[in-house]
Amino acid sequence: MVEELGKTTEGDLIINVGPQHPATHGVLHLVITLNGETIKNVEPHLGYIHRSIEKMSESLTYRQFIYVTSRMDYLSAHINNHACAMCVEKGLQIEVPERAQVIRVIMDELTRIASHELWWGAMAMDLGALTPFFYAFRERETINEIMEETCGARLTMNYMVPGGVLQDLHPDFQRKVKEFIQLYKRKIHEYDELVTGNIIFQNRMKGVGYLSPEDAVSYGCSGPVTRGSGVSSDIRKHYPYEIYDKLEFDEILETGCDSFARYLVRIREMEQSVRIIEQLIDNIPEGDYQAKTKAVLKLPKGEFYQRVETARGELGVYIVSEGGTTPYRIKYRSPGFSNLSVLNKIATGSKLGDLVAMMGTLDLVIPDIDR
Amino acid sequence: MWSLSQIAGSIHEWLSTTFNPTIALVLEMVIAGVAIIGLFAVLGLVLVIMERKVAAWIQIRLGPNRVGPKGLLQSAADTVKLLVKEGMTPDGADKFLFNLAPFIAMIVAMLLMAPIAFAKDFQFWDLNIGILYVSSISSIMVISILMAGWSSNNKYSLMGAMRSGAQIVSYELSAGLAILTIVVLTGSLQVSEIVQSQANGWWLFKGHIPAIIAFVIFMIAVTAETNRAPFDLAEAESELTAGFHTEYSGMKFALFFLSEYVNVFIVCAIGATLFLGGWMPFHIGNWEAFNHVMDYIPSSIWFFGKTFFLIFLIMWFRWTFPRLRIDQLLNLEWKYLLPISMVNLLLMTALAILGWYF
Repeated sequence: MVEELGKTTEGDLIINVGPQHPATHGVLHLVITLNGETIKNVEPHLGYIHRSIEKMSESLTYRQFIYVTSRMDYLSAHINNHACAMCVEKGLQIEVPERAQVIRVIMDELTRIASHELWWGAMAMDLGALTPFFYAFRERETINEIMEETCGARLTMNYMVPGGVLQDLHPDFQRKVKEFIQLYKRKIHEYDELVTGNIIFQNRMKGVGYLSPEDAVSYGCSGPVTRGSGVSSDIRKHYPYEIYDKLEFDEILETGCDSFARYLVRIREMEQSVRIIEQLIDNIPEGDYQAKTKAVLKLPKGEFYQRVETARGELGVYIVSEGGTTPYRIKYRSPGFSNLSVLNKIATGSKLGDLVAMMGTLDLVIPDIDR
Repeated sequence: MWSLSQIAGSIHEWLSTTFNPTIALVLEMVIAGVAIIGLFAVLGLVLVIMERKVAAWIQIRLGPNRVGPKGLLQSAADTVKLLVKEGMTPDGADKFLFNLAPFIAMIVAMLLMAPIAFAKDFQFWDLNIGILYVSSISSIMVISILMAGWSSNNKYSLMGAMRSGAQIVSYELSAGLAILTIVVLTGSLQVSEIVQSQANGWWLFKGHIPAIIAFVIFMIAVTAETNRAPFDLAEAESELTAGFHTEYSGMKFALFFLSEYVNVFIVCAIGATLFLGGWMPFHIGNWEAFNHVMDYIPSSIWFFGKTFFLIFLIMWFRWTFPRLRIDQLLNLEWKYLLPISMVNLLLMTALAILGWYF
């Protein structure tokens, strides 16, 4: 083992963090080379939750394979489903009704808020503050209830289908979403008081985990990780899909390049998501919630690619079709995998305690990395 | 009036009239020993349930509410569970040290109870260097932690123990200096005299600003000394799983756990004794009627009330703050707290010499 790692010298301590460890939020295995408390090298080992979703999808039809993707990045289940549905629609050239588009965007943004809420709680927990987790769940729970009413599920929603959404909105949907927005606006200041403004928290976050804009681009990072380094990368702005080009929202950019910048990006992104929902919630157009599609979907021969902005970054869905009812090959470009790859770069030279904080700001969801 | 000292006095009287002096002395020692062990267990149970209820209150949830009325028997049930669990000893561990470490932690916590004045004239051992005794015995705690971390043969345990060693050794300095500022005022290390010197007002109020600074430093330092958040780097569950007691299970783990809570009680009791007047009631100048009403509250209630208030403060810290990093922790002590408390001690000495305190 010592020879394999190459970089180690006499006196270095090698510890295996994970696959069962409270800091990794899943079955990630990190081999860390330490010199005292200082990190010399971090090597992530993957594969503990590999379910071969890409291979499995080759034997599932174009309606079925979407449901599996809820289990990839389970915190952005809607957005994963959305990407797959849009990719199939691209191949079939289905026109999605406007009502379905609006519903999809609202659901995506609710998912993004829920995901960031969980991230915020887990991030604070990594730093040893256990209370924020419960505050985050107070708001997240209301979103989950909204999801439960409309989609029937709280985590793996499976709501987006090719052509629109699975069923119409629950009659209470608009009222509940407005209630959530009010609750959110009333409570969001607590987040800043409890965590963002805390001097210990700021000392832990500022100046650690430096990721230069060049590295962010060359490692293929996306989402809040790049935007924390000041690189504009929001797919919703650069390659707008659905109705995002008609909506008013800002792409959040922070130029701190450190953990605190990435933290601020996510906190402020939640506000932008609320802004998007506010624009749409009173303007859901009447009409069909699903386009008329054939019972059996057959994509024409060719290659199709669709990218979306999940809560973690850019998710790409690449389908190769031979013209049959099942895809010939599917490849997902998951945001977590590329974001994880910078861990060694940003963690080397810092203290062990900061590694956990950095992993928090990368917002890793292990099933998304491992698929 | 009913008081702990009267009960102790009547037991002493009965024993010395019934038995010859040697047997009476032995019996009294046995009773005191049993009382300390009982106090250790009861405090552990009470503080664990208190911590869980305080945490639940801060975290907008209910906390334990199934066992007994309002879940008050939860920690008793947990104790039974821990007692019947197997206490594993890992193969690679140094078995003697591994099994010895939790007992040292427990013995230290029990020894520390001796000089604490629980109520008026009620103290296990009123030795003339009481405060010095407390600070010296409490430094033995670090030995048990280092012993546990080293003998576990586990990298996480070792790192937790090393962190803990660095932390306790450094924070003892400012805790000691904060204690000294009050000793300078009282001119005595004896706990009963320190309490007596506060008969006309607590040192926190009588000692001007230096006493308040010393109190704040003392609270920070003892939070760090007892390895509690935001200074819980020795356990740091998100980094080191459970730190120095990763390999411990069953009652051996429980002894560490209990001694941590009892240590919290003891440092808060010392804090209450030094700064908040121990068992002394709250008096305001010459408000005769008010002072008289305050005197009616038993002294043990004053002592435990003040102590539990400080314990609540420490719990509040734990459930609010994130954890510091090891270098920030040491910077805080060596670059800020230690210089401040040295200057503060000088100030207080000047005040004490000039007699500029109430």
